[in-house]
Amino acid sequence: MKSLPAVDVLIIGGGWAGLLMAKELGSRTSLSIVVLERGPARETADYANAMDELDYAIRLHMMQDLSQETVTLRHDASHRAFPLRQHGSFQIGAGVGGSGEHWNAQCPRFLPDCFELLSQTTNKYGADALPADHSIRDWGITYDALEPYYTRVEKLLGVSGKAGNLKGKQIEGGNIFEGWRSEEYPTPPTKVPYFAALFRDAAKSLGYHPYTAPSATISQAYTNPDGISRGGCTYCGFCGRFGCMVGAKAQPTNLLLPIIQKRKNVVLRKGAWVRRILFDSGPKSEARGVTYVDASGKELLQPASLVFLSSWTFNNTRLLLLSRIGEPYNPVSGRGTVGTNLTHQISVPAATGFFREPLNRFMGSGSAGTLVSDFDGDVFYRRALPFLRGGYFAARAYGFQPIASFGVLPRSVKVTWGSEWKKSSISYYDRTGVITFTGEHLAYKGNFMDLDPTYKDKLGDPLLRLTLNWRDNERKMTDFAAAKAIELTRAMNAEQMDPFSGLGNYDTTRYQSTHVQGGTIMGNSPEHSVVNPHLQHWQLPNLFILGGSTFPQNASANPTPTILSFVYRTADALVDRYLKNPGPLA
Amino acid sequence: MRRRHFLTLSASTLGGVLVYSFDRKTTLLASQHKPIRIPLRFFTEKEALIVAAAAARIFPSDDSGPGAREAGVAIYIDRQLTGSYGRDRFRYTQPPFEDAPSELGYQGKQTPREIYRDGLKSLAGFDLLSPAQQDHSLQKIESSVFFRLLRQNTIEGMFCDPMHGGNANMVGWQLVGFPGPRMSNYDEIEKYYGKAFRPKPLSLAEVTGAKVRPSEDEP
Repeated sequence: MKSLPAVDVLIIGGGWAGLLMAKELGSRTSLSIVVLERGPARETADYANAMDELDYAIRLHMMQDLSQETVTLRHDASHRAFPLRQHGSFQIGAGVGGSGEHWNAQCPRFLPDCFELLSQTTNKYGADALPADHSIRDWGITYDALEPYYTRVEKLLGVSGKAGNLKGKQIEGGNIFEGWRSEEYPTPPTKVPYFAALFRDAAKSLGYHPYTAPSATISQAYTNPDGISRGGCTYCGFCGRFGCMVGAKAQPTNLLLPIIQKRKNVVLRKGAWVRRILFDSGPKSEARGVTYVDASGKELLQPASLVFLSSWTFNNTRLLLLSRIGEPYNPVSGRGTVGTNLTHQISVPAATGFFREPLNRFMGSGSAGTLVSDFDGDVFYRRALPFLRGGYFAARAYGFQPIASFGVLPRSVKVTWGSEWKKSSISYYDRTGVITFTGEHLAYKGNFMDLDPTYKDKLGDPLLRLTLNWRDNERKMTDFAAAKAIELTRAMNAEQMDPFSGLGNYDTTRYQSTHVQGGTIMGNSPEHSVVNPHLQHWQLPNLFILGGSTFPQNASANPTPTILSFVYRTADALVDRYLKNPGPLA
Repeated sequence: MRRRHFLTLSASTLGGVLVYSFDRKTTLLASQHKPIRIPLRFFTEKEALIVAAAAARIFPSDDSGPGAREAGVAIYIDRQLTGSYGRDRFRYTQPPFEDAPSELGYQGKQTPREIYRDGLKSLAGFDLLSPAQQDHSLQKIESSVFFRLLRQNTIEGMFCDPMHGGNANMVGWQLVGFPGPRMSNYDEIEKYYGKAFRPKPLSLAEVTGAKVRPSEDEP
């Protein structure tokens, strides 16, 4: 195998996390940096010609090519696993920018107690309030320590919104349940589509506290601290599963790539498929670099002094397992840390309402809408409830397109094809609105990842195997949410309404969200975690792991701003401390 | 080498003006009295007639508006099956193939092309039946993988961008008031609360003025 000249920094994966680290280290140091991205190049100029529902939202042309690699899934460790042969419950992006290109740009912070979930819940309600088979952990960091980084991320992205808690002072119109923030959002809230306005008024009438969803698809022109200018959103509705054709949506290719491309010390290699991270064990344990297969199929060795693993939850976990770094988690003995604490996110159409008047559903953006957080986190929790934690309701106007939206009918209509079905589907087409519920998915001992014994990727390496199912906590929370969402839909004066039918077993065929966490979690001790709260590997101090794989559990809110906050914090620790004196940061 | 096959559509089933994009260019066909012959890429003529007839029962042309025949759904499906989708270019197709719980998704080995080729055998002569007989024979296969695919592809062919061969003359978009890839709704989004806003539909090519190659035409 050919060995390439050594570099200072190697970054595996050119998505949000990897490219933000490349931008930070590339601009603040003169280190030589190589980013290895296995997908193709992407840029804003490509996206106007990609406003095609069929190729992008149905055939999913921005997503990972599953013919090359997928994951397998089983509901329980006693079952056999099957490959996810087509995209389903999550949709992982491919190419430069990763999932950060096709995201919906919903941009909330996590609630403060999410970072200390185990200790705070135990202190307040006692250990018996936690489900018997949970594996909930504290993160080893507090919200207060992370707050300055959240503020930096919001300035980087130009997030649109209204503060609900400015330095402890509650402000009506914002999310009054959010953690304190040191500054107002960089840009004002987005416009409010009709359906979101109906929901806002209904929620107010029921005594809740609706607010306009924080959005990284920005409401007006904005120049960020790096000098990158973007225009405001036009509400064309081609957001999730698409790249933004005007660049109003914050994407790695419009915020980070322009800076990286100007830096001579940063090189982005596309079509580079990393197979193994190489490391030395023994007294001086450290990562040495990686092996990867380039676009022409040649396998190469790239030595590096500092390695960042930022290739999304699944591949971060899989590369550690394939490289035999750390001890794989064993659910029977409870030993091992790699692969533990797999969580997804509850994301359901809690109630579907059929309204009397047209909603003009083609207008909107992936993050425009109204949210209600009165049932999120610990806000509403009480011992009498049959579940722990909560989530938030949303009335969003994604910009609905007809292939995916046609034929959503009240349950009272039984036909699924033919004249009567067609007539009903046309009649309800623009009068259908969904109240979604996004809820916290707790971590359990029995939900984890390891290598599949049967199925392989295109190079013959084992696929990652997910063992994942819902528990009663998620099922009961969702049933509760469906009943609340029906009350809200009724207050919106819907003509007919149907509640969500229930979670049942984890269903890979229903899209939920592309927010999967765990596998390489952070924590305060190497006994229970893979990295420390600076995202530094406990055993290999020159290996850092970035992304949702480091989250001990899901936190109801979407993860991107939290992921980026941790990247900023790690970049600071590297520049201020590690580079001067390499070694453990915690 | 496969013999050239055509789908011949009679003017009476088509209505007034029809836009089909085929052979990678958009052609406007004013269908008067002459039948129109469309070259097929995957189906035989017999198969295409069955697909057209079945799609027309799933999404009929009736008093609620035009349906699969006017939209050109059979042509759309024919093209999809020759492209990456029909060949399962992006699906994980490594063995073993085994039956799984329904929550694990389609686990079959058959590609969409193979599902159609097999499924159509069970519908031989379908296009010659009366509408009531056709409905009856579709009801019998309602729960099959083939029917579910045909139903899904019919919806796609009704509402896709016309560059894919379906939604001819944007008849599908007009049915539901979808304007296509409209670049800006900035001025309208807070203006039309509770009132229908129905701009005239435009296709992607009309909006951008660029030639976009649909995925089914990629090698």
